[in-house]
Amino acid sequence: MFDNKVIMMLLEGIRDTLYMTLVSTAIAYVFGLPLGILLKVTSADGLKPNKIIYRALDLISNVVRSIPFLILLILLIPFTRLLVGKSYGSTATIVPLVVCAAPYIARMVESSLNEVDPGVIEAAKSMGATNFQIVTKVMLVEARTSLIIGATITTGNILGYSAMSGTVGGGGLGDIAVRYGYYRWETGIMIITVILLIILFQIIQNLGMKIAGNMDKRK
Amino acid sequence: MSSEIIVKNLYKSFTTKDNQVDALRDINLVVDSGDIYGIIGMSGAGKSTLVRCLNFLEKPTSGEVWVEDKNLADLSEAELRAARRNISMIFQGFNLLMQKTVLDNVCFPLELAGVRKNQASAKARELLETVGLLEKANAYPSQLSGGQQQRVAIARALASDPKILLCDEATSALDPQTTASILSLLKEINEKMNITIVIITHQMSVVQEICNKVAIIENGEIVENGYVADIFSHPKSNAAKELILRGNSDSDHTVSLLNESRKIRIVFSENSSFEPVVANMVLKFNTPVNILRADTRNVGGTAKGDMILGLPEDENLQEDLIAYLKERGLAVEEVTGDV
Repeated sequence: MFDNKVIMMLLEGIRDTLYMTLVSTAIAYVFGLPLGILLKVTSADGLKPNKIIYRALDLISNVVRSIPFLILLILLIPFTRLLVGKSYGSTATIVPLVVCAAPYIARMVESSLNEVDPGVIEAAKSMGATNFQIVTKVMLVEARTSLIIGATITTGNILGYSAMSGTVGGGGLGDIAVRYGYYRWETGIMIITVILLIILFQIIQNLGMKIAGNMDKRK
Repeated sequence: MSSEIIVKNLYKSFTTKDNQVDALRDINLVVDSGDIYGIIGMSGAGKSTLVRCLNFLEKPTSGEVWVEDKNLADLSEAELRAARRNISMIFQGFNLLMQKTVLDNVCFPLELAGVRKNQASAKARELLETVGLLEKANAYPSQLSGGQQQRVAIARALASDPKILLCDEATSALDPQTTASILSLLKEINEKMNITIVIITHQMSVVQEICNKVAIIENGEIVENGYVADIFSHPKSNAAKELILRGNSDSDHTVSLLNESRKIRIVFSENSSFEPVVANMVLKFNTPVNILRADTRNVGGTAKGDMILGLPEDENLQEDLIAYLKERGLAVEEVTGDV
């Protein structure tokens, strides 16, 4: 069962899964982080409260997050084709993963920024800080531990979703598990892919928490 | 002496869901250059809102705030931020950046102003030396005690070379000993760096210790203001009387327990403490008075004797005793109720 071909396939699966997970997380943060900051800044107790912007962002993020990922994956097929040129394979899977993760990240970022002591923000204001400086030099710095924990959790979730995308030809370990374990009844390979997914998840989780812990100077 | 801060007819109200709360009503205040100006009141009196109006962290609903001959309401956002570098602030909760070192915290206002890193760092070290914490430059705030954190906050507040330092309950989270050391540091800053200080507090002891002037605020209004020495000797408002009496913490309930028919509070100034006034009075009128409380307090650098007497029942005799004390130049006032 475990000839070179299978081992090569599993190694490629790991590579594809990591590629999808890490690239999706990175791109999702490009959208999610500014959105989260915008949510915090425009909220009622934010630096520039704005009901209209806040409510619009709030609605979009809630709507997207309430669509099950598998449905989103299918709904987005035309959009994915437009962007990537095809709707299957690892690169194509990044599109729905980003769409799914960005609003989730926005909410995580907002809640991390909510943890920043309002007194510290007030102190920065009293020193003549601009709102931009308060965001970049106070809020993001003070909330960094919480932000990294959020990023760790998000990466873990995206890893899980990337495996789910395997059911529709997304590539990676999830794809292998579905093709061999489900369609061909090769339970051994399926178990191996699941174990590999667990190991990857553990590595991401432990690494993230360790970085967060090392960066926290509050204790 | 020029006036550093002038507040004219300031009102501040907050609108909540179903009603409007007037936090401050018709506040008028003049803080002169070099003052250590105390603003004292019970919690909820509006003093924290008032101090935030002085640097426009809270915008007044109406009225004017002039700082160094500039009406803050006329300034653009950018001008206001520049003006705030002149008006530093320290807080009850210290509000340091917990993820930055002590040195970086002190550098922070300079970093915001775009000062070059090594220049900022040199200045910060100098200020840490002033507050006695240079050896903690590379520590993080969480590794410091409350008093040390407030010292760092003071160094940070001084980094932008301010003219004015606002202190919002800066010693309320500290024990009495640490409070005393922070207050003496503030006094030193006031004298050596010629920085005008405004202190918000609910503790009369803080005002007595270092303020030269005081405003007493109650329910959003200033009920009394002036020199600390004057108000301590002749408090006019009930709020002032209460704050002064409450200042002597432990004896509060003892005074109310001793239910004398009539109680008076007398204040000796330095010159009148030479004569044994009370003893002479007792000898002269041949009648005992009950000393319910006696204390000497340091008010703005001069010693003030503070005593509460319970008078005998005879009303004519009471008037004679009060007249006698007033003749001797003592401040006399009635103490009523359960204070």
